[in-house]
Amino acid sequence: MDVVASSSSPVAADAARETMLSIKDLRVWFELRRWGFGHAGSVRAVDGVSFDLGYGEAIAVVGESGCGKSTLMKSILGLHLPTEGQIVFEGTNVAELGSRQMQWYRSHVGYVQQDPFGALPPFMMVSRILEEPLVINGVRDKVERQERIVQALEEVKLTPVDDFLNKFPHMLSGGQQQRIVIARAMILQPRLIVADEPVSMLDASIRVEILKLMRALQEAHDLAVIYITHDLSTVRYFSERIFVMYAGQIVEKARVDDLLANPSHPYTLALLAATSDPDPENALTFKDVPPGEPPSLVHPPAGCRFHPRCSHAIAGLCDAEEPPEFEISPHHTAACWLFK
Amino acid sequence: MAQDSLLRLRDLKLYFRTTKGTVQAVDGVRFSLGHNEAVVVIGESGCGKSSLAKAVLRLLPRNVETYEGEVFLNGTDVMQLDEEAFRKQVRWVKMSLVPQAAMNALNPVLRVGDQVAEPMMVHYDVGKEEALAQAQRMFEHVGVPLDFMQRYAFELSGGMRQRVAIAMSLVTAPALIILDEPTSALDVLTQANIMNMLKRIKDEMETSFILITHDIATSSELADKVAVMYAGQIVEVSDAFQFFTEPLHPYSQKLMASVPRLRADVEPEFITGQPPSLLGLKPGCRFAPRCPMRHDRCDQDPPVYEVDGREVRCWLYEGAGTRVAAEEVARA
Amino acid sequence: MRSLWNNVRQIGRYPSAIVGLTIILLVVAFGIYTVVTLPYREAIQLWRGGEEIWGESPKMARPVWYNLFSRDKLPTTIVLNSREGEAVKSREPLGDEGDDITLVYTFDYAYDDFPQELTVFFEATYDEKSPYASLMWRTPDGREIRLGQVTLRPTETYRLALDDRLARRLRDVPPQIALFADPEIEEPTPVKGTYELEIRVTTFEPNVDVEAKWVAYGQVHGLAGTDHRRRDLMVALQWGTPIALAFGLLAALGTTVTTMLVAAVGVWFGGWVDGIIQRITEINMVLPLLPILIMVGTFYSRSIWTMLGAVIALSIFGGGIKTFRAIFIQVREAPYIEAARAYGASNGRIIVRYLIPRIIPVMIPSLVSGVPVYVFLEASLTLLGLGDPVLPTWGKVIEDARAQGALHNAQYYWVLQPAALLMLVGLSFAMVGFSLDRVFNPRLRGL
Repeated sequence: MDVVASSSSPVAADAARETMLSIKDLRVWFELRRWGFGHAGSVRAVDGVSFDLGYGEAIAVVGESGCGKSTLMKSILGLHLPTEGQIVFEGTNVAELGSRQMQWYRSHVGYVQQDPFGALPPFMMVSRILEEPLVINGVRDKVERQERIVQALEEVKLTPVDDFLNKFPHMLSGGQQQRIVIARAMILQPRLIVADEPVSMLDASIRVEILKLMRALQEAHDLAVIYITHDLSTVRYFSERIFVMYAGQIVEKARVDDLLANPSHPYTLALLAATSDPDPENALTFKDVPPGEPPSLVHPPAGCRFHPRCSHAIAGLCDAEEPPEFEISPHHTAACWLFK
Repeated sequence: MAQDSLLRLRDLKLYFRTTKGTVQAVDGVRFSLGHNEAVVVIGESGCGKSSLAKAVLRLLPRNVETYEGEVFLNGTDVMQLDEEAFRKQVRWVKMSLVPQAAMNALNPVLRVGDQVAEPMMVHYDVGKEEALAQAQRMFEHVGVPLDFMQRYAFELSGGMRQRVAIAMSLVTAPALIILDEPTSALDVLTQANIMNMLKRIKDEMETSFILITHDIATSSELADKVAVMYAGQIVEVSDAFQFFTEPLHPYSQKLMASVPRLRADVEPEFITGQPPSLLGLKPGCRFAPRCPMRHDRCDQDPPVYEVDGREVRCWLYEGAGTRVAAEEVARA
Repeated sequence: MRSLWNNVRQIGRYPSAIVGLTIILLVVAFGIYTVVTLPYREAIQLWRGGEEIWGESPKMARPVWYNLFSRDKLPTTIVLNSREGEAVKSREPLGDEGDDITLVYTFDYAYDDFPQELTVFFEATYDEKSPYASLMWRTPDGREIRLGQVTLRPTETYRLALDDRLARRLRDVPPQIALFADPEIEEPTPVKGTYELEIRVTTFEPNVDVEAKWVAYGQVHGLAGTDHRRRDLMVALQWGTPIALAFGLLAALGTTVTTMLVAAVGVWFGGWVDGIIQRITEINMVLPLLPILIMVGTFYSRSIWTMLGAVIALSIFGGGIKTFRAIFIQVREAPYIEAARAYGASNGRIIVRYLIPRIIPVMIPSLVSGVPVYVFLEASLTLLGLGDPVLPTWGKVIEDARAQGALHNAQYYWVLQPAALLMLVGLSFAMVGFSLDRVFNPRLRGL
């Protein structure tokens, strides 16, 4: 399977970018209760994730449902408290913030959700939806708020602005709704945007439009973006680096070009093989899919979590010890014993 | 194209009455499907593709205003059958359906094995033992371990539930299965598994499929033929190979251009504007407002032209192809 | 709010809602009219009753409009008061000893049925010696009947029905019939024509004055009839309206809003807060409402405010909490709530501005449909003897009617009038409530 290296990927990753967000050995576990009282184990949704994110950098986190990417994202947003580990934003550990400072932190991180209609309160008009974050974060001057709302709508290309201010969400199309969600995420002028499958509920032809909008906004405002998706084919156009997650851990990190040219971890290989392009030859071949299902997050397998499904598993090693991250090339690591 | 047709749709129409007016969900659809052939109906949301599935299987809601056309199954027009005859002879006997979000539509209080067995008992009047045995065979076909037959729907993952739903549509060994967005809510690996499974079933049971989806990349996994639906109409019908390499209709071309590709270095493009609402459609080509090749002719309804064995509903092919016979397009 | 109003206006599409709303408006207008024209204090006074207020009112009389439907014209009350100059008064001095005062009352009688009661109210002013009155009756057909003799005290009430000697003279035929009946006809039929009552008072002192009021109590009185204490039922029917509406609305509003707030807090904070609320609710749902209210009424106070408070308090932790909780749990998971947390909304703000507006469309139909429940509850409590002792309410009227055996005595108006009003209020609110339900719950639209 040949993957052509992309020559049109966004601004080539500059290694000397200052770090904005640093995740160190993050673990987020949810307790399971039996009958509401007893302790019945923990769901280890995020189990040992570390990475750095620079200012203005766009990364993609790819994985299937249950791999922990949503929980990771929500921890970064401050919606879940880490069980262990640190989330350090501009030098401050987010987990230790009091509620006042939490608000300060949250105003620096914008959230774009998957369901455009669900993300908007159905009983509020667009102007009010965009005004809420401003009011909550202390923008007292009404005129200033109005200006910022108009500006936000212009940036997401919902013009003429007056047409949209008084509409309710159900009067807008899916694409327009998602633009409002993006506008709302941007209105506090955040440094970081976390986008959770922002286009998966939109039509195919609109997806590209919204993703391009997000990329344009990212470049214009030098925003850092964490883009969470399960669709690998969109990743190459909208991010510089890519992390592949499986069962609560990051199994491979690389620049997009490197990953597509030289995928290393067996799980990454499986994902790439399973992603189709519109190619009539597809109908003639069967895809090679690793057997089984993602593991339980309550009792993950010993050693490498992918080993029960991996055709390259080394007995005695992969089922006993958790692999650390091995460097394959600069800025390309994989957590797999094959690369020792 | 002139093979033994299993299914032929001629001018199929399904309009709904709503408080805001008439929704012309399916507006004169025609295509045909042979034995052991898979047709993919590609369209975006709001183009009427789900309604097409319901129209073929006559699963009509209460506010139907118009339901007409011809549905030839093995040469017989099943539109002529009354409701009872249709239910006994056609639905789930010759044609079955895996509806959208089928995995959420499983009965929560029945074990999944029993649910898969049920159509056998209803349509073929067999005893429970035999029906369960047939269900067991289906579980094997779809790749779900047999001990899962005793479980309830909520105990299964999304992918497993979708396979159960497909097993349910297979159990009566129909000649044709219609699948409405079978993989859209599933993960990549699960999707690949399901598509593998469908390919295997097509080989082993020689079933024909109509696969309705908006996911063009996935559709290429199963398609022998592609039909593109826009605003209630079929705008192109092509052999799959020709379609994916060289689509004819401007909408098809734009759709293909909007698919992000993993293995090619082409930046995807988007289509400006939105599909028209199915309420109050105006005359003329429905794609014209968004079409880069729009010209004056487009103000009139374009006819369907046949070009190299493919069909296109577009004025651009006026010279290149032969007009499809008028009697098949117009019905008083 | 605008979208809410738009939605509410949609009930205009349902004829039943329009009918219901019209009735509600009429009832409310009636209530307002009552409160304005018949002030509260005055109404309570009237309802307390007593001779001074209702002396001229017949007991258990039917409403006046009954005559429209009946073949026989029933008599209304005839009142002739010498003080008002409605009698011909003449005075004949009898020397130093006193005077002879004659009062002659003349009236026409054209009804087909007999009066209920006949009474003369005397007022005499004298020093020591009581005057002595004797009464004479003259019928249109020329008969003269001596009625009786009364020794007058400063106020004296002469009820003809209680005079034994008159009864003997009339051969035990009740005076209201005997004095009017045609002797020629076997079946008692009143003679129509001009009647005369002559009262001759003999005084034994100078400067004595006597006034008398002659009342022939009719069988019909007022727009709504009267009860056993001669009270005009219109007072109770009128004042029952604002009381019923106020009780129903306050109870429904108080209960629904509080339930919603409690459910919202419970769902949002979860954990032990939710746990406690749920346990309280479950225990409360098992407790029987009516017996507890009876205990409160019996041992504490029957005032309507106490009852209202008790009803609300006991209803808050009821089934409504479970319903609202179910909806809130769904709403809580909505992506827009998560987004609100992500841009820093506080818990209070989320509850008030994000959760509650979502529930209002569900709350409104149940609120409107709940009003009649509380209206009936108030009437039921009164029927059980727990009604407010002072207030004239519809329930009180029904209770009195029941206690007096109205249905046995064919006094249907007494029961039917308040019942009809209760039913009207109940139906109208229910119709509007159902239509609102259909508007806010689109899935019910097909029904």
